Amino acid sequence: MIPELGHFALVLAVVAAVAQTVFGLVGPTGARAHWLAAVRPAALAQFLLTSLSLGTLVYAFVQNDFSVEYVAANSNTALPVGYRIAAVWGAHEGSLLLWAWMLCAWTLAVAALSRSLPDAFAGRVLGVLGIVSIGFLLFTLVTSNPFVRLDPPAPDGRDLNPLLQDPALAAHPPMLYAGYVGLSVAFAFACAAMIEGRLDQTWARWTRPWTTVAWAFLTVGIALGSWWAYYELGWGGYWFWDPVENASFMPWLVATALIHSLAVTEKRGLFKSWTLLLAILAFSLSLLGTFLVRSGVLVSVHSFAADPTRGLFILAFLVVIVGGALALYAWRAPLLRSEAGFEFTSRESFLLFNNILLVVAAAAVFAGTMAPLISDSLGLGTLSVGSQYFDPVFLLPTLPLLALAAVGLHASWKRGRLSARRGAILTTLAIAVVLTFALVFGAWSGAKALTPVGFALGLWLIGSALVDPIDRIRRRLSMTPAVIGMALAHAALGVFVVSVTAVESYTRERDLALAVGESGKVGEYEYRLTGLEMREGPNYDALRGEIVVSEGGRQIGLLHPEKRSYWVQRQQMTEAGIDMQPTRDIFAALGEDLGAGRWSVRAQVRPLINYVWLAALLMAIGGVVAAFDRRYRREAPDARARDGEGA
Amino acid sequence: MNRFLLPAGLFALLVAVLFIGIQRAPQKTVIPSALVGKPAPAFQAQRLIGEGRFDPASLRGQWWVMNVWGTWCPECRHEHEMLLEIARSEVLPLVGLNWKDDDQAARAWLDELGDPYDVVAVDRDSRIAIDWGVYGAPETFLIDDRGTVVHRHVGAMTREVWARDFLARLPKKPGVGG
Repeated sequence: MIPELGHFALVLAVVAAVAQTVFGLVGPTGARAHWLAAVRPAALAQFLLTSLSLGTLVYAFVQNDFSVEYVAANSNTALPVGYRIAAVWGAHEGSLLLWAWMLCAWTLAVAALSRSLPDAFAGRVLGVLGIVSIGFLLFTLVTSNPFVRLDPPAPDGRDLNPLLQDPALAAHPPMLYAGYVGLSVAFAFACAAMIEGRLDQTWARWTRPWTTVAWAFLTVGIALGSWWAYYELGWGGYWFWDPVENASFMPWLVATALIHSLAVTEKRGLFKSWTLLLAILAFSLSLLGTFLVRSGVLVSVHSFAADPTRGLFILAFLVVIVGGALALYAWRAPLLRSEAGFEFTSRESFLLFNNILLVVAAAAVFAGTMAPLISDSLGLGTLSVGSQYFDPVFLLPTLPLLALAAVGLHASWKRGRLSARRGAILTTLAIAVVLTFALVFGAWSGAKALTPVGFALGLWLIGSALVDPIDRIRRRLSMTPAVIGMALAHAALGVFVVSVTAVESYTRERDLALAVGESGKVGEYEYRLTGLEMREGPNYDALRGEIVVSEGGRQIGLLHPEKRSYWVQRQQMTEAGIDMQPTRDIFAALGEDLGAGRWSVRAQVRPLINYVWLAALLMAIGGVVAAFDRRYRREAPDARARDGEGA
Repeated sequence: MNRFLLPAGLFALLVAVLFIGIQRAPQKTVIPSALVGKPAPAFQAQRLIGEGRFDPASLRGQWWVMNVWGTWCPECRHEHEMLLEIARSEVLPLVGLNWKDDDQAARAWLDELGDPYDVVAVDRDSRIAIDWGVYGAPETFLIDDRGTVVHRHVGAMTREVWARDFLARLPKKPGVGG
C-alpha cells in the first residue's frame, strides 16, 4: 500500500509540475496575469508530493520491504540502516527520484526567495524549471519506476553494491545531484531572460548566488567521488579521467566560467550573450552527464544501469530542453547588445581569457570523452582515450589560466591600471619562487620538469589571493563576504595546485609480494607485513593485514588494509589501509593471494594528497560565503528596511 | 545565418552521434560472448539433487541449454515460469548452473516453484561461471551436438527470446518443430 502511495504521489507531482509550467509561462503573457499567483503554490505542491514519494521509498528500504523490486535488488536485512537509506540512490531508479526531488527542492527555494523579483520574471523562471521537472518525473515514471512490486516477495534482498557501502559514496550522489540540478536555476534564469528579450545587470545579480551555490555543491560532490576512488578502489590515485568523472567535471569547468562571466555581466553589463550561452551549456552538460552515465552509451566502471530505452528517452529530453534553449538563444541573443568597452589589462579582459581557457579545457575533456563514442558510431572501431591524452591537453589551457588568475586578481574594472598593484604582483611572485626552490631542493629532493612550475604557480596564486584581504585589514576597510569568499576560493585553488604538484612529483609507489614477517622497500620507506587475520563485519568477512611502515629504521605508520568479501553479492572489495599524516598519506592495499602465504601489496607514500580534497572543500566554502554577500539580498523589501543603506 | 545559430548546429551534430550511439548500445548489452562458436568449457560439478557428479561431456551428440541462476537473483524468479514452460515442451535438455548459492536455499526454491531442470550443477565458488564468462544471473547458453556454444542470452528468458534466439537456431529435424 505504502509504495503505491509513493507511486501515486509521483504521478500527482507531474500534474503539479504541469500546472507550475503553464501558470508560470502563460501567466506573464498578459491576458491571464492572475495565473501567476498559482505558480508558487504549484511549486510547493510539487515539492511536497515528490518528498512524500521519496519518503515512501526510504520507508520501504528501512522496513526491508522486499516486495518492492528495487528494494530487493539493492538492499538486504544484514545491511546497516544508514546504508539502507543510502541504498535509495544506490541504483538507477532511486537516483532519478533523488534527482527529481532535488530539482523540486531547488525550485521551492527559488519560489521562496524570488519575492523581490518582478512577478512575470519569477513566473517564467519557475515555468522553465517546471518543464525540466516534467521531463525528469516522466522519465522516472515511464522508464524507471522504483515502486514496481515483486510477486512473490523475495525472502531477502540482493544487497547494495559493496562498492557503494561507504560513507563518502553515500554522500557523493546527493552532493553531485544538488550541483547538477542547481545549475538548472541559472539555466531557467537564462531562458526567462531570453523569453523577455531583456537582460540587465540586475539579472546577473539575481543569477549569481544560485550559480555559485550550485557550483559549490558540484565541487564537493566531485571531491567526495575522487576521495572515495582513492581509498576504496585500491588504485591509490585521485583522478582517472574516467568518462563518468569527466561527465561531472565538464559542467564544473563551464559553471566555473559562468561564475566569472556573470561577475562581468553584473559589474559592467558585458558578455551578455556569452553568459547566457554558458548558463545553457553548464546545465546541458549536467544533463549530458546523466545521459552518458545512464544510457549505456559509454561503458565505464560507474555505469551500473545501462538501458537503451532509457537512453532514447533522455536523448529526446535533451533535444527538447537543450535544443529548445539553443534555438531560443539563436533567436534572442542577437538582441542583447553590450555597449561598454574595456582596456586590455582591465579585469574584464582577464576574465575573458579565464572564460576562453576554461571553455577550451572543457572542450578538450569533452573531445576526449566523446571520441570513443564517435569513433564507435562511425564504425571506426573502438578507441580508448586515457591520461596520455587528458593530462597534456588539460594542462595546456589551465597552466596559463593559473598565471592569469594570479595577475588578474589585482586588475581593476574597466581600466588597465595594473601598475598600481605591480609591487604586490612582483612581491608575491618572488616569494612563490623562493618557496618553490626551498621545496624542490630542501623539503623534497628531485623534481620533474613541471614540478617547479606547479609549485610556483600555486604559491603565487595563494599569495595573490591573500593580498587584497590583508590590504583591507591593514587599512581597516570593510571585509564583505564577497571579498572573503573570493580570496578563500582562489587561495584554495593555489593549495590544490601545490598539492597536486607534490603528489604527481614525489609519490613513491611499488607493488610488493609479502608473506607475514617479510618486508619490502618503497623508495626510502620499508613496508613490513606483521600479521594477517580473518575478521567478520556486519555483512562481510574480511582478511585484515597489519603492516608496519618505517623510514630510516623508525616506525612512521601502522596500516590495516582489508580485503572484504561481501556475503550476498559475493564481491571482493579492497579497503585500503591509510595512515593520514599532515604532510603525507602512507597507503597500502591488499592485492591478490600469490600462493605460499604471499600477498601482493600495493604500497604508496603520497605527499600532501589530502590537501587536494581539502582544497576542493575550501573552494566550495569560498563559493558559499561569496553567495551570501549582502548585495544579493538588497532588493528584498524586508532587507531594505533593515539595512537602510545604499551601494 | 548568424553566429548565434552555431551552438544549436553543433548540438544537432552531437544529437546525431548520440542517437547512433544508442542504436548500437543494444549490441553491447547482448554482450557478444567470446565463447560463441568455440567449444563449451569443460567442467565436472556436484549435482544439486541426487548423487554423483555431472559432466556435460555426457550430453555430447545432442543440443542442450544451460541456464545460470541463483536464489539471490530476482530476475531468475521472473524467468522461472518460462523455464518451466520450456521444460514441459521437452525440446532440449535443460541444465541449470546454480551459481554462488546456498544448496539448501536452492533446493527449497525448486521445491517451491517447480524444477524445470534435467540436472542442476552446483557452482558455489564461481569456478565454472568464470570459465564460461558469466556476467550476471540469469544467463542462458545454447550448446550444439558437437559441444560448441551457439548462443548466449544475458537476462531473463522470455517466450520471444526463446523462439527467436534458441528454437530458430536448432537444426531442422523431421519431427521437431518442422
